[in-house]
Amino acid sequence: MTPPKDFTAAIGSDMRTSMRRVLFITRRTSPQVKAYDEERVQTFPEVLIRALLAVECMLIALVLMSLFFNAPLEGIANPTNTPNPAKAPWYFLGLQEMLHYFPPVVAGVLIPGLLVIGLIVIPYFDINIEAEGFFLKNRQRRLRLSMIVAGALTIFLGVFDVYVALVPTVLIAGLLLLAAFSSPESTNRFRRYLAQRPISWWIMTWFLFELIVLTAVGTYFRGPGWSWVLPWRS
Amino acid sequence: MPSTIETYFDKLERTRVWKSIFRSGKGSSTLHNALAIQQNVFLHLFPTKVRKRMLGLGATWYLGTLTLGTFLVLVVTGILLMLYYHPSVPQAYSDVKDLQFIVSSGLFLRNLHRWAAHAMVFLAFAHMFRVFYRGAYRAPREFNWVVGVVLLLVTLLLSYTGYLLPWDQLAYWAITVGTNISSAVPLVGEKIRFLLLGGHLVNANALLRFYVLHTVILPISAVLFLAIHFWRIRKDGGLYVRESEPGAAAAQPTSEEQKPL
Repeated sequence: MTPPKDFTAAIGSDMRTSMRRVLFITRRTSPQVKAYDEERVQTFPEVLIRALLAVECMLIALVLMSLFFNAPLEGIANPTNTPNPAKAPWYFLGLQEMLHYFPPVVAGVLIPGLLVIGLIVIPYFDINIEAEGFFLKNRQRRLRLSMIVAGALTIFLGVFDVYVALVPTVLIAGLLLLAAFSSPESTNRFRRYLAQRPISWWIMTWFLFELIVLTAVGTYFRGPGWSWVLPWRS
Repeated sequence: MPSTIETYFDKLERTRVWKSIFRSGKGSSTLHNALAIQQNVFLHLFPTKVRKRMLGLGATWYLGTLTLGTFLVLVVTGILLMLYYHPSVPQAYSDVKDLQFIVSSGLFLRNLHRWAAHAMVFLAFAHMFRVFYRGAYRAPREFNWVVGVVLLLVTLLLSYTGYLLPWDQLAYWAITVGTNISSAVPLVGEKIRFLLLGGHLVNANALLRFYVLHTVILPISAVLFLAIHFWRIRKDGGLYVRESEPGAAAAQPTSEEQKPL
């Protein structure tokens, strides 16, 4: 008769992530597999009522806006009279701003194409799945790498005179630099926060800044011939 | 003592006809509340229960819910607008003028459609960034993120195709600028543009094509992808919760993990 083993082993596999978990349970202990006990509420009616309320509040805001602000309507379409500037809807003005600097095949096809592909593949990169701070490991090498990338981008945008897109890039590069020299135990809350940001956060935040700045510039700061105008001096 | 309305409602719910329509039956027990979700063709896309701390405003800001809300507003106002609109040149423009000045509440209807459309684009973007910054796109929710990206593109296209329909200067030149970009696609650019516009210029054919895209093809696509999007929330283990947040269970359980080993 073989002596009883000191532990029992079990394997749980999650097919979706193809990860394997090996569980060792030592004898006479009770490693209670955490039963799911978080408080839950019924979707009907509690969640549905809340959702309805949220939508209702938004609807009130939209109705008020519709009562006080009229949707724009200009003269009938006239193919012989081009308005200057001819602007796309606001959510495409970031692209139109890019179109001002780069040839259409770059600004109109390459950049948006890469953006969509980039967005789609985000969850399929499982590097750094624990989302730990970018500079917490290999700090020197990563700092050098990120500064090379930021520098190359800065030079590239500078050469093409894309100063509008340069601003967020330089801003993010500065924050990266600050993050590299901050520790997660820093007394400063902001620096503590930056030090813990993973690489995906930096890329997405750069994208968000670019989106906001380019859209805002295209909407408010562009006049005839796509020249720079100040919205408060019309 | 229950009011008269309540009594009538109570009687109504006991009728054979009511019972034949609503599978969940009458009652307010936990079971009946669960059945009300599970036995309804639309609501069964959602889970019967939701983690309580996901209901706070801070967890999601209700951005997904609000995006759906704007979509519903757009469907209702859009159908009403369709009653007054002909997708032809120059009738389209005078129809919009009529909406502004002659049709009762036409101005309000158009305003609501326009502002809700802008709100939907904004909310879809906000929802995407919110999901990203919470890290809710990670496994097993990867595919639902992809569906979300598709929905964002459908939203943009819906808004963009609707932009041409008033057939005013703003619409005409915005679509001219936009469709000129598509001709920059290598090799097939001109063909894509021709397909979109039904010609080489933005003209009556383009208006009709954009109308069909805006009122039939894109809304149906949106509804299909929305159904997948909601259903996957339930299938992927409900709204994402962070382990590090207060009140979290020891681990982030997926539906599989809830089963004992």
